[in-house]
Amino acid sequence: MKKFIAFVTKEFNHIFRDTRTLVVLFGMPIAQLLLFGFAITTEVSNAKIAIYDPEPSQFSNQLTQKLTSSDFFSLAQNIQKSSDIDAVLKASKAKLVVVYPKDFETKFMNGSANIQLIADGSDPNLASILTASASAIIMTWTKGKMPIETQIETINNEVRWHYNPSLKSASTFVPGVVTIILMLVSAMLTSISITREKELGTIEILLVSPLNPAMIIIGKVTPFIILSLLNAVIILGAAQVIFDVPINGSVLLLLLESLLFIIVSLGLGVLISTVSQTQQTALMLSLFALMLPTILLSGFIFPISNMPMVLQVISNVVPAKWFLIIIKSIMLKGVGITFVWKETMILVFMALFFIGLSIKKFKIRFQ
Amino acid sequence: MRTLFFILQKEFLQIFRDKSMLPIIFVLPIVQMIILTFAADFELKQIKYVYIDNDNTQETKELIHRFQSSVYFEEVGRTHDFKGGMDFLDRNKATLLLRIPQGFTKDLQNSKTASLMIDVNSIDGLAATLSYTYAQGIIGQMQDEIRMEWNGLPEKIALPVSIHPRYWYNTEMEYKNLMVPGILALLVTMVAMFLSSMNLVREKEIGTIEQINVTPIRKVHFLLGKLIPFWIIALFELTFGLVVGKLLFDIPMEGSLPLLYGFTAIYLLVVLGIGLWISTITDTQQQAMFIAWFFIVIFILMSGLFTPVENMPSWAQEITRANPIAYMVKVIRAILLKGSGFSDVKFEFLWITIYAFLVNTFALLSYSKRN
Repeated sequence: MKKFIAFVTKEFNHIFRDTRTLVVLFGMPIAQLLLFGFAITTEVSNAKIAIYDPEPSQFSNQLTQKLTSSDFFSLAQNIQKSSDIDAVLKASKAKLVVVYPKDFETKFMNGSANIQLIADGSDPNLASILTASASAIIMTWTKGKMPIETQIETINNEVRWHYNPSLKSASTFVPGVVTIILMLVSAMLTSISITREKELGTIEILLVSPLNPAMIIIGKVTPFIILSLLNAVIILGAAQVIFDVPINGSVLLLLLESLLFIIVSLGLGVLISTVSQTQQTALMLSLFALMLPTILLSGFIFPISNMPMVLQVISNVVPAKWFLIIIKSIMLKGVGITFVWKETMILVFMALFFIGLSIKKFKIRFQ
Repeated sequence: MRTLFFILQKEFLQIFRDKSMLPIIFVLPIVQMIILTFAADFELKQIKYVYIDNDNTQETKELIHRFQSSVYFEEVGRTHDFKGGMDFLDRNKATLLLRIPQGFTKDLQNSKTASLMIDVNSIDGLAATLSYTYAQGIIGQMQDEIRMEWNGLPEKIALPVSIHPRYWYNTEMEYKNLMVPGILALLVTMVAMFLSSMNLVREKEIGTIEQINVTPIRKVHFLLGKLIPFWIIALFELTFGLVVGKLLFDIPMEGSLPLLYGFTAIYLLVVLGIGLWISTITDTQQQAMFIAWFFIVIFILMSGLFTPVENMPSWAQEITRANPIAYMVKVIRAILLKGSGFSDVKFEFLWITIYAFLVNTFALLSYSKRN
């Protein structure tokens, strides 16, 4: 036991000596959190629009005023001739062009005014949201212009947003940031730190020491377990203090599940280190085989239900997918273990599988 | 010139000697591109919904029928009370709950206004907003038709203004047309940044840098020798990616390819310069990798690749001016999708050129042959 403690102390010294890595390790999640919370919102605001109004009239000026004074849009420019529409969109000066007909006011009185909304369709989602918002504003204005006696049937939608009422992107992304940082610290750092000993040759010295291989591995990963958990706690705390992202469920359960996920990631990290000879290979393998699937196929940024069948099937072997479901359920929906036991069992199996495999590989490698 | 040639020869030998690096440089990014393009689909199809219809009239049945036949929605069930509906949302079985209260049709007939309740799981804000937008579309259309039918009026009298949305440059509203060029920009950046940032520091870590430092090689030559191979590899990667994108995804190529290559060539100097600079200020590959990772993640998130720059607050939009990836993503999309010419992207050209000059000067200054 004393030998083991000495070994863990050595590992900690390795980590704490490298302050630059530590700064990145703790600084990155906070930076990401701030970005997601403040800069990256899913709500459209101040989108640039251009107006083409060949014959300005009182009505069209009023409507333009309504459009540009809303939070959604800000006026980029008034277009003078129809051939300029293409130029404005091509130079990305505006994302949407509102085209009035000639004689808008007369046509309005006759009940046949057409307004064209020309959107830059290169981003289809943004384009749909922009045209939908512009249509809504135009409709509201139109109804206000009509005499009361011709009031018409209107269906009101009362919408309620659940689990994330203010549509904060922080709530959407905090679970993802936690997942990524756990994966990064546990799998990527572990694999690189073990491979480093291989590359520099110091692993031989460890292997001839009285510590047995299992002890070496456990000693190697212990500091990373502690670092990961600490990081997770900091992120969750910061999210709560700065952005009011709640933890509605049990904190203890959340930490236990995090620990489980950390163990799975460590298993993967050790596995990668057994198959790579240089740090560069270990890095590239963790990057492309672990980090990208974790970011892309876990449902962190892209909804899994949108993916083609093949990718949906593949996403089942990505541990982060299951962990994200668990952490979102506990944090935002506030549900207990009865709602996530299936996902938990899957992670337990994955942990056993990866650890078993890497122990086997490790023994063969260093006999 | 001869010195540079020999250094280049050495660098290429080193890169191609490592058998495990070749597939990592060429195969993995392409695999990533294919997976990403399929995965990075924000387009919402088949939003799962559940409904409660307490009114049960012809009109409400018609409304439900419209949801059922919409390509955007997929029905997962019908319940009779709010609690049952929320259970679907709690268990992730549905994203949207539509509630039609009793007396809905009567209200619409008598007082001209009636209300529907829509509950949305908004953990993913964008998906929630879009789901609601689509639901609004269906309900709005139903409302217009009810107006015409009940009042026996042609549409134009019912409302004096009609709106015609048009989507230019991407009339089919294909999401992959947006994503493939963006992902290509991302892959080229990642390969260039990681390879260049880990290369020089590796020589430091292993100790071979001392041998180079004692030779008469000038530091400009040495750094150029580190830059040029990755510059060539990254441009090759762009070509490879464009071919795959064209063959596999049939992405549009409206603009001029030489213009795109010209811009990428300058842009890569920025990325490689940042990589080199990281390499000169770090001591181990691990540090270099972490710092490179830090920059890349922040640059990517703020680049407009996954979330439109338009969605950011204006101060954050100002910050993206310092983000090289944002320029690349914008320009590659403008050229490939919209066919923008040089005059449309001249400011981006100017900025990226200044950037390239600054970053490389910086890298050159911070590298010294003496420790």
